[in-house]
Amino acid sequence: MERVVATLYAVAGIGAGLVGVALLVFLTAYSWPLVTQGHVGTVLSTTWNPNAGSFGIVPMILGSLTIAGGAVLIAFPAGLGICIFLNGVGPRWAARPLRAVVELMTGIPTVLYAFVAVFLLVPVLRNIAGGSGYSALSALLVVAVLITPTIVLTIDGRFEQLHGQLYLATVALGLTPAQRLAWVYLPAARNGLIAAMILGFGRAVGDTVIALMIAGNATHVPSSITGAVRTLTSHIALVLAADTQSGAYYSLFAAGLLLFLFVLLANIALRYIGSKERST
Amino acid sequence: MSSAGKVRISLIVKAGMTVLLLSGLVVAVWAGGASERTPVSEEAARIFDGQSGTIEIAGGTAHIPVVERAARQITTANPAVRVTVAGGGTGVGIESVGRGQVDIGSTGRAPTQAEIERYDLHPFRFALDGVTAIVHPSSPVRDLSTQELAAVFSGRIRDWSELGGEAGSIHVFTRDEGSATQSVFVSEALGGTSISAAANVVPSNGAMKAAVSRDPAAIGYVGIGYVDSEVRALSLEGVEPTQENAVDGRYPVVRGLYFNTSGEPSALVESFYRYLETEEGAELIRAAGYIPTGGR
Repeated sequence: MERVVATLYAVAGIGAGLVGVALLVFLTAYSWPLVTQGHVGTVLSTTWNPNAGSFGIVPMILGSLTIAGGAVLIAFPAGLGICIFLNGVGPRWAARPLRAVVELMTGIPTVLYAFVAVFLLVPVLRNIAGGSGYSALSALLVVAVLITPTIVLTIDGRFEQLHGQLYLATVALGLTPAQRLAWVYLPAARNGLIAAMILGFGRAVGDTVIALMIAGNATHVPSSITGAVRTLTSHIALVLAADTQSGAYYSLFAAGLLLFLFVLLANIALRYIGSKERST
Repeated sequence: MSSAGKVRISLIVKAGMTVLLLSGLVVAVWAGGASERTPVSEEAARIFDGQSGTIEIAGGTAHIPVVERAARQITTANPAVRVTVAGGGTGVGIESVGRGQVDIGSTGRAPTQAEIERYDLHPFRFALDGVTAIVHPSSPVRDLSTQELAAVFSGRIRDWSELGGEAGSIHVFTRDEGSATQSVFVSEALGGTSISAAANVVPSNGAMKAAVSRDPAAIGYVGIGYVDSEVRALSLEGVEPTQENAVDGRYPVVRGLYFNTSGEPSALVESFYRYLETEEGAELIRAAGYIPTGGR
């Protein structure tokens, strides 16, 4: 019986790993014609105008990085702050409902965030920041809201683990809750913080519907954060709807490959930083 | 045709292509018995007598209001026949019918020769629709020339004051590349001038109307059937964009609305076409704001 279970786990694990590898192989294989036919330069240009044979996706790369990077910059400190509040700095009567709210937020479909933002956030930003309101800034703020619960729950889970191991020792040392967090939990939770950042970035760069509905989808390189931008994900959604025969279609595989590589690279880079810091 | 004999009286306006389903811009509506009572159409009952099954339609978003209305009549008259409709745009219509994912692919233009050959498409033109530039109802701008429109959409004119409006930047909204509304607007209203890459892109006629109706500085374009009090249609060179002017050729930005099957239409699809050709069907098409053309 145990062997059966072990085998099932092994199959599930290997299967999940294979899906990832297969995705990478598939995307590379389909993007390959761009390389062999010398279209890499075309794809890595800043002009998207399929009618004129320009399939540049650099604006979309910048759009994705702006929105995901900006969202993490906002959501990570916010998420960390919430975790600190939840774990001893804030009163317990407030911590419990707050944790429940954060857990609930992880389950809210992203389309709802986008839908509400169209009515509430877009007009406000139009008045404050100018432009149409459909902008990188709008999308970035909403994506930050989207990924904050992911970041909170990841860090909070790590704190909870540490709490079980270290709580009595910190009490014996006479540390206040704030001291305990600052000098014991936070340094010990470094891996959890990195994991939270990776997961947050991954969710942000992979989000489609928020960007599609409120980022404006313009195909240029925006001069300001209040300009309309198109992400790689919404680009795939918009062009896939159009046709499956032209060169535009093949540039989508390059867009998909880049998305995959972004998440992979963010993962590797952050893990590298983590391991380096631990060894010093 | 997929599963037959569903007894439930329901009309499903179904969000189709996964990608656009994600976008949430295709609204899912369950209508039917619950919300409003439709008198049973004898015409529909006669044409669909003894038939059963589902007609799945996806593609151009201009078609949705017509199909919704027709579907309500048909399922009320014969509960065994269901009609579902999804958006996605003309490009999706061609691809999804060509790949056999739906029974009918709707397109806002005639399929090209290449598309017809690739997927053995049989087009059925059921209506004409004009495409018009729209602005917010509060805008003082009423009429633009082709040159002015082209300058606005290509980004050469950027301020409303240059067009006689209040000073302030113009927010240009356009459609995705797969949109037939876009291609007819570019070729007929803008004289072929490319739309600026800085323009906001929305994925459907409905999303366009929603965006322009909420932004006093916006300009965009939709099928005339989508125009109501929420947005103002602009005259082009002094000609009002009404369906009457589109019919007699005075308003030039006009395209056909088509249903396409891959191969010969099935009996059920034939009935659907025949229903649209009746006076009642033409009335539904007019109610949706289009000009019925009664067939091939």
